[in-house]
Amino acid sequence: MAVVFKKTSMLTDVPFHYCPGCGHGIAHRLVAECLEELNLQGKVVGIAPVGCAVFAYNYFNCDVQEAAHGRAPAVATGVKRCNPDKVVFAYQGDGDLASIGTAEIIHAAARGENITVIFINNAIYGMTGGQMAPTTLLGQKATTCQLGRNVALNGNPIRVSEMLATLDGPSYIARVALTDPANVTKAKRAIKKAFENQVAGKGFSMVEVLSPCPTNWGVSPIDAVKYVKEEMTKQFPLGVYKDC
Amino acid sequence: MKKLMKGNEAIAEAAVRGGCRAFFGYPITPQNEIPEYLSKRLPEVGGCFIQAESEVSAINMVYGAAGSGARAMTSSSSPGISLKQEGISYICGAELPCVIVNMVRGGPGLGGIQPAQSDYFQTVKGGGHGDYHMLVYGPGSVQEALDIMYDAFDKADEYRMPVMILGDGMIGQIMEAVELPEMKDPATFPKKEWATDGTGIGANRRIVNSLYIEPDVLEAVNHRLFDRYATLAEKETRYEAYKVEDAEIVIVAYGTVARICKSAINMLREKGYKVGMIRPITLFPFPTKAIEAVASQECVKEFISVELSMGQMIEDVKLAVNGKKTVSFYGRTGGNVMSPEDVAEFIIAKENK
Repeated sequence: MAVVFKKTSMLTDVPFHYCPGCGHGIAHRLVAECLEELNLQGKVVGIAPVGCAVFAYNYFNCDVQEAAHGRAPAVATGVKRCNPDKVVFAYQGDGDLASIGTAEIIHAAARGENITVIFINNAIYGMTGGQMAPTTLLGQKATTCQLGRNVALNGNPIRVSEMLATLDGPSYIARVALTDPANVTKAKRAIKKAFENQVAGKGFSMVEVLSPCPTNWGVSPIDAVKYVKEEMTKQFPLGVYKDC
Repeated sequence: MKKLMKGNEAIAEAAVRGGCRAFFGYPITPQNEIPEYLSKRLPEVGGCFIQAESEVSAINMVYGAAGSGARAMTSSSSPGISLKQEGISYICGAELPCVIVNMVRGGPGLGGIQPAQSDYFQTVKGGGHGDYHMLVYGPGSVQEALDIMYDAFDKADEYRMPVMILGDGMIGQIMEAVELPEMKDPATFPKKEWATDGTGIGANRRIVNSLYIEPDVLEAVNHRLFDRYATLAEKETRYEAYKVEDAEIVIVAYGTVARICKSAINMLREKGYKVGMIRPITLFPFPTKAIEAVASQECVKEFISVELSMGQMIEDVKLAVNGKKTVSFYGRTGGNVMSPEDVAEFIIAKENK
């Protein structure tokens, strides 16, 4: 019988621990498929974050380093500078990348480190149980802003892609969303380009992936996807912010 | 042929000759000559130098580089070392070999920029979170600092743990005539099968990690680390005994202070005071057995811990002496350094009380 679909070899057979309706599983698969399609088996080091994807080292079929919270771009820098012929990627969430790790991501981008960063933005701290993230939308409820995020009390959400696109270092910055097949296909195209850039030595690439978190948003998976599409994309417009 | 070199530069050159090919750091006085020297020197040998955005990033770059198999190091001074503690804890948890140099300055807080030994507790007792230690050296001269640095990566690789060289502003800043060793050949360094060099896939993929979510697994990791520290105590403890055979008073001092004390001992001996010294060269493992043995000598009446702090190492001296003899303290802080005369006067006054 002809095989029409099989799981990418760049994922292990360990079942994901992610909640139903979470975007991490899709994002992992897209990353792994891109690595396989670029024939990078045995040439990759992944950097796992702290947060829901902390166990990413169980899933990607490559060498992986687990970084401290927010430090993945610094760890990736150390790996890449000492192994310039290998492909190095950091996989981070919004608390990790846009809050505790702002210095690391900005300076890795500013240096133009030849790494690929996958930034999962689900506007919430998932692993710790639904606290406000730097990307939580105004009015969005979280366990540490239970009446909804309020500018006076909690400040404004951060748009990381736009911010990093002002720097001279990055070669590619794009924001995509895991909402429907068309957008997932676009997301994959962006992730692939971010890896192709690294192979070509073009420097820092980051793909921000808007992703649903039904568990911590307290909604169904279907409503979570709707929230990404209708609310998150207003604050975080999709598109390519830098490409050179 | 001997060469006149500043402490920090001698350490930097010894690092390169000892195989260091990656340095990540952030400026802070009084250790800036180390990154400055290496920013020029490492590219000459195909190595990598990055001035990081912070000490936090620098130590995490070391984590990444060391975890992928490189001989990587960082250097800093007290406030910067405080910032590195998170990364040091992770490096110890992930069992990564690297070298960290701390040219200690006075504290707490911003403190000052003059020599101090007030980071002793932070260095030998932990500093970051969790149960861990590092192999810690307290060199007493520029030549000794250089020799320790030269072999530090071998020790780090052998025990898969960070080596910290605890200097002070004086060791970093003084110039002395030194003998530089030959460049080590990286081809002779041991293979690191555990390192994430990117070639791993399937059954042979490598994970660098300090997360052990199962209590039994984490407990086993902690025991493994502490078994290693027991081996260190057995094999790597280093100290110098100076005129202790007939000593009635035994000074315990390390680093710059030990040199000052040596001069004081010679002055006191001329005046008829029988003074000797134990100089720990490794601060972890601490030369507990050596001090214990000296404490058992009948001629020994008392110990004096002499430090550039309010008294930190004295706790380990007391544990080693274990009540056999009295242990007292003499120290200066704030970046002030005692003279040999100060130490001699302290002892004379004490003896004639």
